[in-house]
Amino acid sequence: MIRILHQIFRTGIVTEPLPQAVEDEISVVGAKLEEAVKKYFRGSLTIREVDAGSCNGCELEIHAINNPVYNCERFGIQFTASPRFADMLLVTGPVSRNMAVALKRTYDSTPSPKLVVAVGDCGCNGGIFGESYASLGGVDTVIPVDVLIHGCPPPPAAILNGILRAIESKEE
Amino acid sequence: MLKEAIDNVLGTAAAYSERQFPGSVTSCTVPRGRFADAAKVMKKAYALLAAEWAADETPFGGGFAVYACFRFANEYMIIRTEVPVDDPTFPSLTKKFVPAYRFERQIHSLMGLIPEGHPDLRPWIKFEDWPEDAWPLRKSFNSPKPLPYVNGKYQWIKAEGEGVYEIPVGPVHAGIIEPGHFRFQAVGEMIVNLEERLGYVHKGIEKRFESLSWQEGAKLAGRVSGDTTVAHGIAYSMAVEAMTQNRVSDRAHWLRALFLERERIANHLGDIGAICNDVAFAFMLYQTARLKEMLLRTNLDLFGHRFIMDRALPGGVTVDISETGKEAIKEELDKLSDDFERLVTVYDESASLEDRVRETGVLTPEKARSLCTVGIVARASGLNLDCRIQNPFPPYDRFEIKVPVLISGDAHARAWVRVEEVRESIRIIRFILENMPEGPIKVNLARPAPDTAGFAAVEGWRGEIIYWVQAGTRGEINRCMVRDPSSVNWLGLEQAIPGNIVPDFPLCNKSFNQSYSGHDL
Repeated sequence: MIRILHQIFRTGIVTEPLPQAVEDEISVVGAKLEEAVKKYFRGSLTIREVDAGSCNGCELEIHAINNPVYNCERFGIQFTASPRFADMLLVTGPVSRNMAVALKRTYDSTPSPKLVVAVGDCGCNGGIFGESYASLGGVDTVIPVDVLIHGCPPPPAAILNGILRAIESKEE
Repeated sequence: MLKEAIDNVLGTAAAYSERQFPGSVTSCTVPRGRFADAAKVMKKAYALLAAEWAADETPFGGGFAVYACFRFANEYMIIRTEVPVDDPTFPSLTKKFVPAYRFERQIHSLMGLIPEGHPDLRPWIKFEDWPEDAWPLRKSFNSPKPLPYVNGKYQWIKAEGEGVYEIPVGPVHAGIIEPGHFRFQAVGEMIVNLEERLGYVHKGIEKRFESLSWQEGAKLAGRVSGDTTVAHGIAYSMAVEAMTQNRVSDRAHWLRALFLERERIANHLGDIGAICNDVAFAFMLYQTARLKEMLLRTNLDLFGHRFIMDRALPGGVTVDISETGKEAIKEELDKLSDDFERLVTVYDESASLEDRVRETGVLTPEKARSLCTVGIVARASGLNLDCRIQNPFPPYDRFEIKVPVLISGDAHARAWVRVEEVRESIRIIRFILENMPEGPIKVNLARPAPDTAGFAAVEGWRGEIIYWVQAGTRGEINRCMVRDPSSVNWLGLEQAIPGNIVPDFPLCNKSFNQSYSGHDL
């Protein structure tokens, strides 16, 4: 136990302020955004992540926004196991034919406003997998999408940025 | 050794190929009727089945061909048999080698060849709503065209008896992970049987390769399994280089090894933390996630990508390392090593943690061997397999690698293999940085000759990754076979679960941590 405490104190808090671009966005829309999160999500935004056919690269970066350096929980962002508790779906793609039904059902199980964010180049347009007998392409071929986050995979800051953009789109 | 064994039994019935590279991997064609005999010879020679796949060779004027690749110590042998178009059957190897069970279901589903004597021909990867005659890997299949939907039902294995109940899990799982379906038959908390159903993330990767150029193929290989992007990129590149008989510079090889070891450390750190987190020891997850993030950031600074994606291509690598880059890595490794050792001590001294990970999810050495498992899973269950030792490219032939081999086969063993490998990889990276030879990092690739094939096996962080590429009549990609370690190791999870309690499944699954995307392709 004493070693655990030592290590915790030695590490300190490693959480970083957001990168400049995101920081600016907060200072510009900050008050409005906070109000929006409070108004629509009562200060807590709950996300269900759905891998609809990705290579697992995007999942690594979505994991990373939960790590102590990016620490998305400080913004009130949490990941949930059930779509029924979710305000937002974070979907990685391309949507494989074999996942299309599961993705639709997840979407149908999510209560409104159900924001949908497509993560990664493949989620946006199918990426290198394109459209074929097995890959249906971008997430918007199966469910409505609010915001796209490009990148292969998009770095953690870009994902956080995209989540903020999605809340903004709701506010409008 | 394997060649002599084949010659002794099959004699002149085995015809050796001169068009399969590298030359160190023997390849022969046997008559269809003797395919199972050849497998029997391999079994007697203590070889393990590494992969089995089919290729459509109608563009060459023939029919189909089924290939089985066997491994014994540092030797690989590929045995091929021809299958005519009007009688698409071949003898099943499942009775001799268990992993052939899944390989052959896949061949049956995607290429439409029937393995005779196979005990279970339910479709695999191909779902019940696909038309039955949709065989995407055949040349006659129109890949860009969307498939129509049909009605169908998958037959699950059922357990019966008083108090037996069923728990279906997935494809969308609770955490931030890939999709797959697990069906448990349980009595109380005890699992009687686990049946996996995979294929949800089938993106048609192998078919997609056939529409790409050799250089574009490297990009796709890097996205077969995003967490193993480096190793897949290298394995693909090495298979292409073997086929074109190109020699890559030493410096390129050493840089590849550097990327490979960095990928290994990053993933192992993530896994060690996640295994501990699944038994509610969250401290470790946050600590290792922090260390992993440190590595990824160095990767971005030095190589331009957090996961070093797209940096290995046929012909070499696209990014070099400077002296200041080397210093940055050395400094980072010092920090990493200090913190990591402190965390290992914490792991080792936490009795409540050990209580959960020891004797949980045991894959016995006998089962690990009969399932022909590879990589971490194999090494935690007594199998001493590692391509870096048995099939090395420079610089792995320059030093001794201490591969940890444990025999308990439980979740702890799989975690501990990772711990030892992180230590070893740190040592290897230091050696690479000190001794890296000068030279170019890229050579021009020769055009692949028609009807040649290349093979490569590379030890990714999960284990041995195999690529087999075949050039068509115009030197284009006729077939690119991908064998991720997950293709065999998923069977290991299925066998390790019965007898465990349901709440331990996430822990067991995490300790295996196999790729869904790499399996489904």
